[in-house]
Amino acid sequence: MARVWEFLTATRGDKRLRWTDWVSYGYLLLGVFLMFFPVIWLVLSSFKTEADLLRYPPTFLPQQQQTMVVDGYEDPLPLFEMVGGEHEGKVLAQLRRVGLQAQMVDPANPSERLRVSIENYQPIEQFRLALENYTGLFERFNFLLYFWNSTFITVTATLIMLLTNSMAAFALSKYQFRGRTAVLLLVIGTLMIPQTVVLVPLFLIVSEMGMSNSLWGVIIPGAATPTGVFLLRQYMITIPDEILDAARMDKASEWKIFWRIIVPLSAPAIAVLAILAIMWRWNDFLWPLIVLTQSENFTLQLALNSFQGELRTDWASLLAMTVLTLLPIALVFTFLQKYIATGIASTGGK
Amino acid sequence: MRAIEIPMLALQRMLGVQRLAWVFLIPNLLLFGLFAFLPIFLNVIYALTGGDNILFADRPFIGGRNFDNLLDCGNYLDPNSCREDKFWRAVWNTAWFVTLQVGIMVGFSLLTAVVLNRDIRARGFFRSVFFFPVLLSPVVVALIWKWVLQREGVLNAFLDWVGIGGVNWLVDAQWAFAWSVFLTVWAHMGFYTLILLAGLQAIPRDVYEAATMDRASAWRTFTKITLPLLAPTLLVVLILALIRSVQTFDEVYAFTGGGPGTATTFIIQYIYEEGFAGAPRVWGMAAAASLLVAFVLVILTLIQLWVNRKSVDG
Repeated sequence: MARVWEFLTATRGDKRLRWTDWVSYGYLLLGVFLMFFPVIWLVLSSFKTEADLLRYPPTFLPQQQQTMVVDGYEDPLPLFEMVGGEHEGKVLAQLRRVGLQAQMVDPANPSERLRVSIENYQPIEQFRLALENYTGLFERFNFLLYFWNSTFITVTATLIMLLTNSMAAFALSKYQFRGRTAVLLLVIGTLMIPQTVVLVPLFLIVSEMGMSNSLWGVIIPGAATPTGVFLLRQYMITIPDEILDAARMDKASEWKIFWRIIVPLSAPAIAVLAILAIMWRWNDFLWPLIVLTQSENFTLQLALNSFQGELRTDWASLLAMTVLTLLPIALVFTFLQKYIATGIASTGGK
Repeated sequence: MRAIEIPMLALQRMLGVQRLAWVFLIPNLLLFGLFAFLPIFLNVIYALTGGDNILFADRPFIGGRNFDNLLDCGNYLDPNSCREDKFWRAVWNTAWFVTLQVGIMVGFSLLTAVVLNRDIRARGFFRSVFFFPVLLSPVVVALIWKWVLQREGVLNAFLDWVGIGGVNWLVDAQWAFAWSVFLTVWAHMGFYTLILLAGLQAIPRDVYEAATMDRASAWRTFTKITLPLLAPTLLVVLILALIRSVQTFDEVYAFTGGGPGTATTFIIQYIYEEGFAGAPRVWGMAAAASLLVAFVLVILTLIQLWVNRKSVDG
């Protein structure tokens, strides 16, 4: 505890905290709360049963009513503690409830039925994770199919993008050829054309190529990103030309120079671009929404969005699915947080 | 990779080393051409033709009529007086949204970056906390907040507990709009905070030491040193945020569906609904509207490139 306090208070060498420091820490802690609480709330809620989700005011931790198998009854019965009336202090199991009256039975004496006013009892609850929300996704919905679609799109699009972008970056950074400036301008020009403003013709091109309603229709147009060419080119320029010349003296082909020398040496930049590409593709929404119209081709994002209309009452499944959708990205974040931050700051995002 | 190496070697013998660059460029240029440049030209054709068929053979040429329809307004400030009132509602919603969202977001990003730039313990942790939502997908962001804000959600439970009555947030037009602004700020501010933090750290320390020697107040140091030296970065952030904000669709569409009514229908959603969601599919109108958006975005991007060049040079 003392260490925590030391950690929180020690700043500016051994000087005491000034009021500005208190305000700063206050602001940051509020930030931590605002950024994390909604996500934590969602994750906790995804472990609640449908009945627990409907409860208002909600409880913080997932809770479930305790049940007990009583002699003479097949199904487990919910347990209640009596807080008033003639049975005060006893633990009874409920058979059924009619209006404000409940039919109860004493587990110790199951043959006698008791009538109790519901004002006098309180449910006995315990902490329990409703894992059935998650297992139900695999049983009742095509969750694995959506997961596979998303993964396939993400992996394939990222690989294609890394290959074509690094080839282009190599050409633009290591060769002096006529028209290089023109190509560079073209790449800059592409920066100005976000997919959102060419949706209609893009859809025509994709469907004329026979790729509408196919995962390839999402993968191929997404592989053209000027950001990637820029990022990689800036990095490859810093690789000294002498290495290439030496390889040429050894009669290495240009492709071998690219594949065996440039690509390994650009690994840090390629890794940053790979993380960005994975993030973009996994989270992509508008373009898949347009291309993929049949639900068996849906990505996770599309499935989530369409389910929130269809499963209005089934928040339990929806929340579990949301958690599973954000999980891969959260894992990537925890492991690669340092690289993601620098990578995104240096490329200016999408 | 031998499958690529052998034909590449043959091409190298045929073309020579320097011209082989084109072979390296072709896959990427093909993608750019087919999915970025060609669509721009086709978009113009769509905007100038009518009908609800996507194939050009069945689209009659109608000249500028799509633009006339879009721009036919008694009073541009009042969507009800416009022929295409849905479009103008979307335009005004977007304009308001962009103004509020970019202003609030850049303001909070700056504040957060300044706080994170102080001598703070666990700075890396706090930095990643603010950055975390940037990674989440728009649909997940929308669902998270929908869950928090629903009628019997945790925010209303808290307000009830405090003694202020809850509100049905997403049914009230103004609240739905306000929460859309909040949600997009929440999801994106970490990204801009990061860029501003990098800008702040690039300001030389000795400038501040000189200010301390001259006994400049903290506020004076901030306005006379930090802000002017950060101005180029701030401008880049502002323009990047503007470009992104104009294109807002995913989060808000998954969050409110554009409602209640048309309270949170923005311009990209208008294009999506005209071209893809409704029947008949009015491709011409969608294309015309997207050309107008493209016009705004090109101007913003040109400004950004110009600013970038200036800040890189000097």
